[in-house]
Amino acid sequence: MSKINPIAAPHTHSGTSTTNIMYLVVLALLPAALYGVYLFGLPALTVLASCIVSALIAELACLQLQGKRSLAALDGSALLTALLLAMSLPASTPWWIASFGCCFAVTLGKQVYGGLGHNPFNPAMLGRVMLLICFPVELTNWQAISVPDIGAQGIMLNQAWLGIDGISAATPLANLNQLTNWQDLALGKHAGSLGETSALLIALGGVFLIWRGIIRPYIPLALIGGLFVPATIAHMLSPNDYASGIAHLLSGGAMLAAFFIATDMVTSPTSPRGQLLFGAGCGLLIWLIRSVGSYPEGVAFAVLIMNACTPVIDHYLRPKIFGAQSLFKRNKGV
Amino acid sequence: MFNLKPKPFSGGVHPKGYKELTQQQSISRSFTPDRVYLGMQQRNGSMLSCLVSVGDEVFKGQLIAKGSNDMTVPLHSPVNGKVVDIKPYLSSHPAGIKSQTLVITCNGEKQWGEDFPPSDYQKLDHEQLVQRVLDAGVVGLGGAGFPSGIKLRLARKAKVHTLLINGGECEPYLTCDDRLMQEHAAEIIAGINIMLKAIGANKAIIAIEDNKPDAIAAINAASEDFSNFSIKVVPSLYPMGSERHLIKAATGIAIPPGQLSTAQGILVHNVATAKAIYQAVRFKRPLIERVITVSGDAIESPANITVPIGSLVSQVIAECGGLKVEAKRMIAGGPMMGQVLPSPFVPIDKSIGGLLALSEDKINHRNSQDCVRCGNCVKVCPMGLMPFQMAAHSNHDDWQGAQQFGLDSCLLCGACSYICPSSIPLVQYFQHAKSNINAQRSMMQKSNLARQLTEARQQRLAKEAAAKKAAKASKRKRPARARVSQGETNE
Repeated sequence: MSKINPIAAPHTHSGTSTTNIMYLVVLALLPAALYGVYLFGLPALTVLASCIVSALIAELACLQLQGKRSLAALDGSALLTALLLAMSLPASTPWWIASFGCCFAVTLGKQVYGGLGHNPFNPAMLGRVMLLICFPVELTNWQAISVPDIGAQGIMLNQAWLGIDGISAATPLANLNQLTNWQDLALGKHAGSLGETSALLIALGGVFLIWRGIIRPYIPLALIGGLFVPATIAHMLSPNDYASGIAHLLSGGAMLAAFFIATDMVTSPTSPRGQLLFGAGCGLLIWLIRSVGSYPEGVAFAVLIMNACTPVIDHYLRPKIFGAQSLFKRNKGV
Repeated sequence: MFNLKPKPFSGGVHPKGYKELTQQQSISRSFTPDRVYLGMQQRNGSMLSCLVSVGDEVFKGQLIAKGSNDMTVPLHSPVNGKVVDIKPYLSSHPAGIKSQTLVITCNGEKQWGEDFPPSDYQKLDHEQLVQRVLDAGVVGLGGAGFPSGIKLRLARKAKVHTLLINGGECEPYLTCDDRLMQEHAAEIIAGINIMLKAIGANKAIIAIEDNKPDAIAAINAASEDFSNFSIKVVPSLYPMGSERHLIKAATGIAIPPGQLSTAQGILVHNVATAKAIYQAVRFKRPLIERVITVSGDAIESPANITVPIGSLVSQVIAECGGLKVEAKRMIAGGPMMGQVLPSPFVPIDKSIGGLLALSEDKINHRNSQDCVRCGNCVKVCPMGLMPFQMAAHSNHDDWQGAQQFGLDSCLLCGACSYICPSSIPLVQYFQHAKSNINAQRSMMQKSNLARQLTEARQQRLAKEAAAKKAAKASKRKRPARARVSQGETNE
């Protein structure tokens, strides 16, 4: 007989693990990331690679400094942060800026708070905002897409794809209200951040996560609603000044935010009603910053502001206790 | 996520069942231990007083220990034999606490000591029915071990109108209730009728999970003649066997937190208890044995087996062919809520419904990591609590904080620990917090009692002093002897 310690039930486990969840999210992000490489070519690949490598190195260094298991650097969280940050950067971002942003995100965005699970803000968005403030020129220099031609002679890679001579172009966000062709937006054939262009692939990845039970549908739905509804109302009142709801949804980082950034489990509320409020708040703030604020894109700011609200939301918007009459009774009671 | 069937309550998990290990085997009745160990301490901590002494011959069904009140059910000898020892021995408490234990050797004979002619329950009134259930030492066999007679009596007082019979058996591995329903459907139905008469209710609902089609068919056939019986097939979802959740699934009523189900007119009893009550009332048979599931991947031949109360776990496992691989953990009950057995030499008590021996592989234990606030525990909590918040408060010894997040409503069902991707032992934190809160509460009660006693004593002393003074004064005033003696007798 082996030694038996008094251990509390349950004596079985579902087998899920944090690492498992992280890699599933990475998997769901991959199609959109690879599509970005297809659209923008080698510069995009450089940004992705430099982000991933620098994030892993920063994570490893932090773990070493804290005397933790260095294998934990491979738990997928640093990889996910790197991937999200890279996908929200323009493909033409110099590699050292991307690396700097990633190191910042992992160390000051996550590890200084005690590592995975303790950070109040989404690390990738923290890195994104820091870069936007420190390197405004590089972070708003959008490379035009340069899709490789697939013809009779095989795949023809043009110079822009290889990163030799990129052409800048305006992103649809710069003049959202003149936009009419939303099919191009949905498919992603436009300038923009390297992983944010194809709303369709991102949404597919998101649906995959919902199907696997990794995320719940409340935050994506509420964010989409919170962005779409005010945008549509404003557009109906004044079509020349305000872009349509569809244009808002399909451009910039809105879809990536809805399915991957706002749903970051560490920094979002846990109860269904809290998640609905959080998502709707993100959506509304994105619209406000884009339409009224001075920045063309508001995803990062919106998510960070709502991250700050998460503890309060979690404290007040708890689920209803089984059989309880009303929420108010219960918050007062006990 | 894309499951379109509506769930009867939010939350819950679907642990892998492993019921196929024992589901198809009928209950084995051949097991007789060579000796039994009967602890004198009950689950609620109260002690029984022993009625026999070392060297006494006892017969099967003989009353051998009884408690001071009805909350402490009497104990009967499960075998024919001789009392050989009364000594402190291990109990099934997970910490291996010892209690005074009767050891009876068994002479192998199986007949009952006394025979009673079968009695017709219709001719007994409700108090007589309850008394027979109490005398037979029947406790809830679902796991809580509350005296069934008391439960019936309280239900009558609360004017219960519906009796809900729990055939949920949502714990993985366990199939003893399933087999009981298949093999003893008629006795269970008769037991339900007795209970209905005892509590004065007229409606009975038998709730069975949909993964037990044979049990559903058997109960259906047995209850055909009774128009007041209905069978409710509930989806298999853990923790369906929880009283509140079964009521919600079977009747749609959600019992408010802090309220008992009887306040809503519903009494819940387990199927095995129904059978025990039938035996107790019809044949005056005390509860001296129960059916348990012996299963797990380390057991050579898993089975459902009738076990005399007091048999040792090691004997029962030997009866089931022993262990085929090393058992990393032995559990009394199911894997979700069962308790770790401190040793294989623990006697089976009335509340143990399953015996599992699990290998390391099935336990799937991993070291816990930091919470990533994924919210899975919130999603699966059947009580609508936020387990990760409760755990955070419990971790910092902030019991009140944990209570504010609903610790008092926690069932300790283990769904949160089961699903937690960081493998945080949430239930362990909650048990720790709950026991601390209980300890605080009983300390408070004790100090309150002590204060009351001190105050009463002081009052009494003051009164006595005053009386003495008065007596002295009257003595001085009235020296006449006769009057003084009269005054003394008056005092």
